[in-house]
Amino acid sequence: MIRSEILREIAPILRDQLVVCNIGLPSQELHLIDDQPTNFYMLGTMGLASSIGLGVALAQDKTVISIDGDGSVLTNFGTLPTIANNVADNFILLIIDNGSYGSTGDQPTYAGKKTSLSAVATACGCENVIECQDKDTGKVLQAAIDSRKMTIIVAKCDSGNIKLPVITMDPVVIRDRFMKSVQG
Amino acid sequence: MSIHTKIVDDFVANGVEFITTVPCKQLAGVIDEVEERDEIYHIPSNKEDEGMGLCAGAFMGGKRPAIIMQNTAIGVTVNTLVTLTQFYRMPLPMLISYRGELKEPVACQVEMAVHTKALLNQLNIPTYHFHKQSDVEEFDSILKYTFMCNKPVAILTDATFWGGY
Repeated sequence: MIRSEILREIAPILRDQLVVCNIGLPSQELHLIDDQPTNFYMLGTMGLASSIGLGVALAQDKTVISIDGDGSVLTNFGTLPTIANNVADNFILLIIDNGSYGSTGDQPTYAGKKTSLSAVATACGCENVIECQDKDTGKVLQAAIDSRKMTIIVAKCDSGNIKLPVITMDPVVIRDRFMKSVQG
Repeated sequence: MSIHTKIVDDFVANGVEFITTVPCKQLAGVIDEVEERDEIYHIPSNKEDEGMGLCAGAFMGGKRPAIIMQNTAIGVTVNTLVTLTQFYRMPLPMLISYRGELKEPVACQVEMAVHTKALLNQLNIPTYHFHKQSDVEEFDSILKYTFMCNKPVAILTDATFWGGY
């Protein structure tokens, strides 16, 4: 499976949750598949989906899922110790690990080579780290939500993209409707 | 009352409950004070752009955030300030140690100091410079201004303000 196929499969699970979605194709795909006011789309700032999601989770009680990529986590590696040491049991970091920088032309990442993100997360002190295969992502994600324990999921999948348009929604609109969903 | 206590009192009085920090020697006292307060969730960051991501999330989650960092961070965070904090119109008070000013013992710090105000100006970030200890009296107003206008706002605090080394 490629990332967009995983997103299509887990969209019914994401629909009821607060979601912070990574820059570029992941946000564009989620926007196309199932746009929801509970989705915060990142239009820039590679690497910060996990940090933003942790911030939302620490500030309120609803479940927050950050959808990140292997390349973006590598960009902001310092996020994993911060997550490990600031446990928010309403936070799930879903790293869709396709071993490539998908939005920029599928250049390979080190996560697709010798570096294991799940091993790094564990070494950073994260307590519930689950590596799964693409087809099992929905099952693992639902179990993580139900567990009410902070969980890091590394979903291994194939590299590849679909063609789709950029998000033209105004960033303040994205932010405003997300905040109303948080409050609602 | 110490200057650290006054600053953190103002944060608390303005409803700031979520503060991320990246340390600087000049900021050690205020960071200790933040850590001690029950009203504030203190979350140290490994890098300042990560901290701004945490602050953006906390704001959207309903908490007023702030970041405490060194001016070298301006060189690290230009993209985040522009594409996250400003693009989505979020407030962010930035209490910044202005290293490389008078009484600075480390020459390399001056290299970033000479660019600090120019960069903030280029980014259209409202900037206040605390040089005398009495300048801290404006901190409360600056916080109110920041959360009124939903912008990142810089408060540069130099060595003279902190009482030298």
